[in-house]
Amino acid sequence: MNSEVRLLFAIVGGLLVVASIAGVILRRTVKSESGQRVVENLVARVNAWWVMCIVFGAALYIGQTATLVMFCITSFLALREFITLSPTRRGDHRALFWAFFVITPLQYWTLAVHWYGLFVILIPVYAFLFIPIRTAWSGDTEHFLERTSKVQWGLMVAVYFASYAPALLMLKIPGFEGKNALLLFFLVFVVQISDVFQYTWGKICGRRKIAPLVSPNKTLEGFLGGGLSACAAGAGLWWITPFTPLQAAGMAAVIVWMGFFGGLVMSAVKRDRGVKDYGELIPGHGGIFDRIDSLCFAAPIFFHLTRWWFC
Amino acid sequence: MIGGCIAFVTRLLTGGTARWHGCLPEPKQRIYYANHTSNLDFVLLWSALPRSLREKTRPVAAKDYWSSAFRGFLAQHVFRAVLIERKKVTRQSNPLESMLQALSEGESLIIFPEGTRLPGDALGPFQAGIFHLAKARPEIECVPVYIENLNRVLPKGEVLPVPMLCSVHFGTPVCIEEGEMKTNFLERARNAMLSLRPL
Repeated sequence: MNSEVRLLFAIVGGLLVVASIAGVILRRTVKSESGQRVVENLVARVNAWWVMCIVFGAALYIGQTATLVMFCITSFLALREFITLSPTRRGDHRALFWAFFVITPLQYWTLAVHWYGLFVILIPVYAFLFIPIRTAWSGDTEHFLERTSKVQWGLMVAVYFASYAPALLMLKIPGFEGKNALLLFFLVFVVQISDVFQYTWGKICGRRKIAPLVSPNKTLEGFLGGGLSACAAGAGLWWITPFTPLQAAGMAAVIVWMGFFGGLVMSAVKRDRGVKDYGELIPGHGGIFDRIDSLCFAAPIFFHLTRWWFC
Repeated sequence: MIGGCIAFVTRLLTGGTARWHGCLPEPKQRIYYANHTSNLDFVLLWSALPRSLREKTRPVAAKDYWSSAFRGFLAQHVFRAVLIERKKVTRQSNPLESMLQALSEGESLIIFPEGTRLPGDALGPFQAGIFHLAKARPEIECVPVYIENLNRVLPKGEVLPVPMLCSVHFGTPVCIEEGEMKTNFLERARNAMLSLRPL
């Protein structure tokens, strides 16, 4: 383990320890009933963060295959949450089977064999053609366009966009060979720390709601404070990226923006379906999709920016 | 042990969460009656029960489906299913007899009073079996159970399942009243199940 990786483990571990201690202190000091509920949710979130960080850290440390498998499972579970919420009909059954058990693994397989050409078009082109064909074949035409769009949309967000994160592993960046896992860490860290900062700033001094109808918990103060803190954190991690500190801050800003929009769009989907969370797999957070919505929107933009300017 | 594994895998694959709305998972003798949407539904309901309850609960299933070598083994040794004849019911193979027998041995039952599966998530009319069971053993509570989404995992006629998150909702127990008529009881029991259906 080289010194950079050791330092990153120390940083993340330290943050988790601080968060856990804060949880213990808040539990003792907060007395009001509504405050207690917030603290309990906070403690559940921190505990889940421990698990998520350990899983992600272990996968990154073991190597490319483990990382791809982890992301593939994540996509699978997110797609499952998405499809569960979308009304599909009997006629979609076979198309869904393909989406879950063939298209999703295939997308990650293109990454395993570094086949960039297929990676970028498998879902936008081939799945887009295949899903409506398979559904039409089954003969059920009711709400046909909505049904096929939902399956395609789920595949795009939960599988295609999410797979852009581990796709960073196959970029060939001059002078950065063998260190791509750090770039993936950078993306995931900035996305998630931005969510955490926005939540924290929003809880401490959030007043003005940005999108009261779509996502009532998002406030202007939370977004600005959290976003700027996350940019600073990203800039502070320039030494694990091929970027200069200023470029790292810019990349972090793009990640924060897209992550914010990801949360907004996926909230709109939840409101439309009349639910608060996508699931309950991760205690305190909701479902997998509630945790990766911002990552799904940030990953493709971060990938392409890096590919155009640094490869 | 096989049973434990099956229950674990089922919960993992379906996300099958048990939601106890109208009663608690207590070690009481009960008749769980659920909507019938898929061949897997008693497996899901059975898996959603805590282990101690599972050991005292027997699903009622169709003999013709659960009698092949592999399924038969599972039905007999793992689920301890009460297998009943659906096709040629005679006086000797009256399904009520074997169910009453299991009840008198102190076991809880899982039954599907619709008898057959309807396409989609429509809830069919109830067969009279549940009424006869309740009338014979009025002290046993009938717990309505609504299994959500399982028809999307494995619709009728499909072989390959699609992973979908399912929930198992347990409602308020229904007990037969003295002298209650068949239609009245079936109506009440069916409404209790319908009220569990999420909007």
